[in-house]
Amino acid sequence: MLAPFEYHRPESLAEAAALLRALGPEAAVYAGGTELLPLMKDGLIEASALIDIKAIPGLGGIARGRDSALRIGPLTTHRAIERSPLVREHLPELAALEANVANVRVRAAGTIGGNLCFAEPHSDPATLLVALDARFTLVSVEGVREIAAEDFFTGLLETARRPDELLADIQIPAPAPGSGVAYERFKTHERPSASVAAVIRLDDGAVADCRVVVGSVGVRPLRMGRAESLLNGARPSDDAIAEAAEAIRAEVAPTEDAFESTDYKRQLAATLGRRAIAAALARAGGESDHDR
Amino acid sequence: MTVEAPAASGVARLPLRLTLNGQLVEIEIATNELLLDVVRDRLALTGTKRSCDVQVCGACTMLLDGRPVSSCCTLALEADGRAIETIEGMAGPDGLHPIQQAFIDNVAVQCGFCTPGFVLTTKALLADNPRPMRAEIEHALTGNLCRCTGYWNILSAVEDAAGRMAEDDGEGRGARDDG
Ligand SMILES: Cc1cc2nc3c(=O)[nH]c(=O)nc-3n(C[C@H](O)[C@H](O)[C@H](O)COP(=O)(O)OP(=O)(O)OC[C@H]3O[C@@H](n4cnc5c(N)ncnc54)[C@H](O)[C@@H]3O)c2cc1C
Repeated sequence: MLAPFEYHRPESLAEAAALLRALGPEAAVYAGGTELLPLMKDGLIEASALIDIKAIPGLGGIARGRDSALRIGPLTTHRAIERSPLVREHLPELAALEANVANVRVRAAGTIGGNLCFAEPHSDPATLLVALDARFTLVSVEGVREIAAEDFFTGLLETARRPDELLADIQIPAPAPGSGVAYERFKTHERPSASVAAVIRLDDGAVADCRVVVGSVGVRPLRMGRAESLLNGARPSDDAIAEAAEAIRAEVAPTEDAFESTDYKRQLAATLGRRAIAAALARAGGESDHDR
Repeated sequence: MTVEAPAASGVARLPLRLTLNGQLVEIEIATNELLLDVVRDRLALTGTKRSCDVQVCGACTMLLDGRPVSSCCTLALEADGRAIETIEGMAGPDGLHPIQQAFIDNVAVQCGFCTPGFVLTTKALLADNPRPMRAEIEHALTGNLCRCTGYWNILSAVEDAAGRMAEDDGEGRGARDDG
């Protein structure tokens, strides 16, 4: 049973931002409710008011944004992203990722904005979006600011979003020409145990640029600085990939939990890292099944 | 952007108008009522089951505008102006829906507690993808748990149902709705 709450359904971003400011941190933004409602049922979140953002026009949908980026509105459901022809064409790795989030019901109701703002450590999209250097737009009564995905996730269920801010837009830059994108995850229960995203650009047969991000094993998606510097300048080889994977094993910051030991999480991260780096290199080298 | 703070004017109760299994229903609800509770306890349709209560098992599946949702974690107010379908809406005047008949004929039911969720999820799957491959059926049903049957007969029932429905419609209706 849910404790009583007031229900607001603003019809513009400005109205929603004003409500968030007026009602204070006791009010919660409500999108699909797939994270919020179970926690409210258990009394783990007490919200005096829900601000339903689903009547605000323009917060959903997928389009080509500026600089040929993909623009995904925060209200877009996992299902809509999974099936979007634009996403399938320009970022098939994201479409494939979304097709395996949760189950059909959570994908139909749950939104990408809710997933990112909740900052549950096992988020699939968070990991890939940090690797792709996505930018998030936050709106409050004070104005609009943009933040890199990498800086958005700050800790366990914690983000750089202030309680009076709304996530209003997600921009994913198109990977530079010559880049390969890969996302690898392992799961035996609802959410992934470990995941690795790699975005690697090759120039003249050597790595010119790369971002390798490990998700799910720690409190937030983490860039693997050592693996990245080992890869930068390297020519793709099994040895280079294995060395980067070992760097990931050492560098991840796994948290102990009821499901997996930290050693096991390191092993998963290293294995998935090897696979993701190999796949991104192969795609960057032109073995891709799609054109970028 | 700078905006003035409005007078906060939320509601705690509201009128709900929905189409439930094809019938228009009007009822006043509280904002904190869950769809599952309104349908089971106030509208007396108890075919939908509460089980895990956290969107994992699929026993509480209803179709909201044709898409499966976990009614245990859906506010009743979400149904306003929309169509809800429960297991009670599946059979028609001529008897059971072909999906229901296929579940019976393939012995895909044991205790029956999970069955309404499987049947409704199957209905949504076949509306999207009338002739799914076995792997596609498995993918669509991973979020529905059955502790009796071992799943094999359920997968066979869905394949069988797809075949029967294609026959009923004439084989022409093979096109996939990718929307
Ligand atoms: C059974 C289950 C399995 C799951 N499996 C996976 C998985 O495999 N991989 C994965 O990545 N995720 C998984 N998830 C998480 C799922 O992706 C999220 O539940 C969903 O996307 C949340 O979106 P929502 O719209 O329902 O959020 P809500 O529950 O409505 O909101 C979540 C939080 O975000 C805030 N919020 C929402 N939108 C905004 C906004 N625009 N601006 C500011 N704040 C906002 C809310 O206030 C709340 O704090 C799973 C969830 C469940 C329940």
